[in-house]
Amino acid sequence: MIHFLQPASWSEALAMKAAHPEAMPIAGGTDVMVEINLDLHRPAGIIDLTRVPELTEWGTDDGLLRIGAGVTYSRIINELGDRLPGLAMASRTVGSPQIRNRGTVGGNLGTASPAGDAHPPLLASDALVELASNSGTRRVPAREFFIAPKRSARRDDELIAAFLIEPAAGPQQFSKVGTRNAMVIAVCSFALAIDATRKRVATGIGSAGPTPIRATDAESFIEGVLDEGRLWERPAEVPTSAVTRFGELVAAAARPIDDVRGTAAYRRHALAVLARRCFTWAWVDYRRMGAA
Amino acid sequence: MKVSCSVNGQVLVADDVWEGESLLYVLRERFGLYGSKNACEQGECGSCSVYLDGVLVCACLVLGGQVNGREILTVEGLSHRTALHPVQTAFVEAGAVQCGFCTPGLVVAAHDLLRRVPDPTEAQIREALAGNICRCTGYAKIIDAVQLAAGRMSG
Amino acid sequence: MKPRLAPAATVTGRVGENVPRPDGVLKVQGGFPYSSDLQVDRMLWGATVRSPHPYARILSIDTSEALAAPGVRAVLTHEDVPGKRVYGLEIPDQPVLAFDVVRYWGEAVALVAADHPELARRAAQKVHVQYQVLAPLTDPEQALLADAPRLHPDGNVTRHVKIRHGNQDARAEVVVTGEYEVGMQDQAPLGPESGLAVPDEEGGVDLFIATQWLHVDREQLAGVLGLPPDRVRLTMAGIGGAFGAREDLSMQAHACMLALRSGRPVKISYSRPESFVGHVHRHPGRLRYEHGANRDGKLVYVRARIVLDGGAYASSSTAVIANASCFAVGPYRCPNATIDGWVVYTNNPPCGAMRGFGSVQNCYAHEAQMDKLAEALGMDPVELRTRNALETGSQMITGQVIDGPVPVAELLRRIKERPLPAASDPGSLDLTTQPGGVSNTTHGESVRRGVGYAVGFKNVGYSEGFNDYSTARVKLSVVGGRPRVEVHTAAAEVGQGLVTVQAQIAGTELGVTDVVVLNADTRVGSSGSSSASRQTYITGGAVKAACDAVRRRVLALAELELGRKTGKTDGLRLERDSVVSADGREIVSLTTLLGDEVIEETHEFRPRQTTRLDPETGQANAHVQYAFAAHRAVVDVDTELGLVKVVELATAQDVGKAINPQAVEGQLEGGAAQGLGLAVMEEIQLKDGVIRNASFTDYLLPTILDMPPLRMDVLELGDPHSPYGLKGVGEPPTISSGPAIVAAIRAATGRPITRVPVRPHDIVET
Repeated sequence: MIHFLQPASWSEALAMKAAHPEAMPIAGGTDVMVEINLDLHRPAGIIDLTRVPELTEWGTDDGLLRIGAGVTYSRIINELGDRLPGLAMASRTVGSPQIRNRGTVGGNLGTASPAGDAHPPLLASDALVELASNSGTRRVPAREFFIAPKRSARRDDELIAAFLIEPAAGPQQFSKVGTRNAMVIAVCSFALAIDATRKRVATGIGSAGPTPIRATDAESFIEGVLDEGRLWERPAEVPTSAVTRFGELVAAAARPIDDVRGTAAYRRHALAVLARRCFTWAWVDYRRMGAA
Repeated sequence: MKVSCSVNGQVLVADDVWEGESLLYVLRERFGLYGSKNACEQGECGSCSVYLDGVLVCACLVLGGQVNGREILTVEGLSHRTALHPVQTAFVEAGAVQCGFCTPGLVVAAHDLLRRVPDPTEAQIREALAGNICRCTGYAKIIDAVQLAAGRMSG
Repeated sequence: MKPRLAPAATVTGRVGENVPRPDGVLKVQGGFPYSSDLQVDRMLWGATVRSPHPYARILSIDTSEALAAPGVRAVLTHEDVPGKRVYGLEIPDQPVLAFDVVRYWGEAVALVAADHPELARRAAQKVHVQYQVLAPLTDPEQALLADAPRLHPDGNVTRHVKIRHGNQDARAEVVVTGEYEVGMQDQAPLGPESGLAVPDEEGGVDLFIATQWLHVDREQLAGVLGLPPDRVRLTMAGIGGAFGAREDLSMQAHACMLALRSGRPVKISYSRPESFVGHVHRHPGRLRYEHGANRDGKLVYVRARIVLDGGAYASSSTAVIANASCFAVGPYRCPNATIDGWVVYTNNPPCGAMRGFGSVQNCYAHEAQMDKLAEALGMDPVELRTRNALETGSQMITGQVIDGPVPVAELLRRIKERPLPAASDPGSLDLTTQPGGVSNTTHGESVRRGVGYAVGFKNVGYSEGFNDYSTARVKLSVVGGRPRVEVHTAAAEVGQGLVTVQAQIAGTELGVTDVVVLNADTRVGSSGSSSASRQTYITGGAVKAACDAVRRRVLALAELELGRKTGKTDGLRLERDSVVSADGREIVSLTTLLGDEVIEETHEFRPRQTTRLDPETGQANAHVQYAFAAHRAVVDVDTELGLVKVVELATAQDVGKAINPQAVEGQLEGGAAQGLGLAVMEEIQLKDGVIRNASFTDYLLPTILDMPPLRMDVLELGDPHSPYGLKGVGEPPTISSGPAIVAAIRAATGRPITRVPVRPHDIVET
């Protein structure tokens, strides 16, 4: 028998999680219910978080956007698309309208699948994951959150409260390869964020390793190119060879495997292409911003 | 456990619900509302599309216990006895129904689209219905049906 | 105790009209009861224990813990099968429940019935089966080797079809060869295998079921249950699509056995993952071809070796390989042919019927070969096809001379002449028009357009001497002051619109406004299966024949009545609910004429007889009718990422006579979508006999964003042998649509592409 818990407030939710650390949190159910329906997993308990009002709210917190773990992809697209274009683009590729109406970034983080669509943009934007338990609250950088396939820094007694993310300070892109034109799990995906203020380029790779990955060598390489050429200040085209090298370094950062959705070799190849294209599109936008 | 919710404007109660039952199972096997269909039970086909508090969702991905006190509108609630909703009439007339197993979900999803976007472009129709798999029609007549319904509802 | 089934609705309409389907109103309201929607009091839920191994010896089965589990009412194994322990459409080789060995991953081993599906699932996990795991034989080429382990007593070859036509040593000026591979496709009907078995008081059973052929189910069930056929009554429940997946038994025998054992109604409804092991699939194939032609492009010979993987049990494999072989060269004149078609047993999931039935696999190969040949000859590929196109009076490689319209060249001309769609707009902000769609993979970078053509054909109806017939009962009476026709057949309405067609035929033949088609069941004779694109022809023919008999009796009655009065009875017809004169004047209404009289006729209809393929030469008049379609595909390919957007499909098909034009279009559109699926995304992926993607998350079906508009030319050329001149419509759209898409991908990328579905890494070659 599954123990069903339904907290009405955040403090009650934390108390229940403390008392039942084995209980599986559920919000939109887009991961949890598949496992139950198809008899893949029988959790001892379930904590329904859809009645915790705090989780469905978002606001600002010291210059950051603090977005409750229960905010759906549809709301991110509609309410935050202008401030978080990369995450909104990724959200638009999640499942179907029905899934986006129900699924949440908090749930994506909870499952911590390497294929989670929200993860690459969270990495690229250096988001923080807010974890809470009866013993307190901590904020873990997304870049340290993912540990192994479907394993994260979250402890059993903790719930994901929110994630914190800076509003875009420059162009952002997200690309995802799937073998269908909609409703598809990523063969591989790539997110890129240009921070025009700090003059940084950041990345996130999805579905091409045991966890979502950041391509740090690629980031420093392209930042070096932009710094050296003083391209931040007088935005011109970035040499093709540099963009190609950037793509190669992104591919090199991946640690893909062969699986039912694609081969490791293809994933590496495709990531190089996605990285090149995303950078090119973002840089065109950056130059346009500068011109404006 | 007990599940009580409003379905198509009526409060319904089910007792002795197993905690792992989905809203889809509750609607079908507890309330006898078989219109929402069980084609994949993993949110990949849209055949069980319903409104939950006015939001289009897959009933298979909602846990029964989550809907206590909530409002659900199913395909059965879109028509009143013999008076079909224009979306439903259009599906029949356009030939958008073959085996019909996907139809209830598509009708609800198309209803949701036209509520939000009364005069959708073909691209908007395609993106809005991308979560509803149809294996029989190849979708052409479904697009026809949505356009037909949109024309009539705005006219 | 009977579940609620769909009430019959009245249909009004004639042959050739766009009559809306009578079940449509219920279907859009969610009120149409499908086989998974059935419910009666005291109903139990069945669950199936399945093999976790593709090949293993069963050492023991212990059901005691399952029997003691809460809510459990019955647990059954092979020892509980009351009658025959094996069944099968062509060869009875498949165990109802596995005994001695399991031959595929997911094979049914034991059954549980319990009060709730979760209790049944939990108890199923408590059936303890001890296996001795054996090395699975999963490569069909290996299965053909002499020293391969024998999976069945008669060896691993289910059938070898040999076609030896013309000169076996023919030589040609231009020769092209190729090897092609087709992956395993799933029918994926959205309605899961499901049904409800209700035991009666006398040891018999009623089964409410979604099937493609009630009577052959009943015949097999009676054998398995050890009951006379009249104690096994089948009634059709709503069918959520079929496409071949419901030709074989799935849960039918299991539900009946559990119901008879428990004395309670039992419902079984498969989950989607279970459905992937619960029905047969399209045979994967490896095809090796050699084409020889003259410099002017005339085919001289075709040599082909086709190996289809039949999986663990025969199902309809023997008929599928016959089709794959008979139609191996495509709809072309070919004076000399050497075809060897093999279908073999392996430890992969069983394969059988799917829309296109053997003609799909070979079409990928012969059409790729024709393109290759055109290139070798420096000739336009459509011109090459036209030059070799079958015509009326042409001889097939089976020696059969095709009569009736054979518009292969005309179909090709139509798709070729249709204007091409506009070039894609690289600056378009609408990502849904780009390969990759809203996943934002290209804004036009590396996108190349390609156009490809393909033409295919197949038989309509059963072949090789199989006794093809259908039975229809038609009743004319006055109900509520109006004449009403009731049509009763056992034919399966799987979504194709057969229920509408039957009503249109009756309405046309008897001139009556109100026609009702009763739900199909076994109280009337067999209609054969809803497969082989045959039902409009065969069951339509039976309805027409029964109507002819009813009409003769009505007119005889009218002549009797009128003759007494006027003596003028020449040229009387039935129209507008009346008997009318030759010049259309109403003579007497049917209401008046019939009064209380009920006129009922039951008739069987048979198409012309076919003969078996000669075992050494494959020569025979093996098929009833041939149906042809051609497709043109336009694709945009992101050549760097290997992603494909099918921009447009165009088709031309001869349907003989469109009984219901809107339903015909629906068949052309839906069939093309299934062809598109196999071309670019649909494949059951196996590793050592285990399905790795048994779910809709990883077995991808085309969405509305994947299926482009289909431009159609529907020709109605009239077959002199069939009712109204009609031709079967359902399968041809699934045959050539995929090969046209693959040809277009080749044109866009310049890559050979010899395997479907085409995967991104096949295009980019990493």
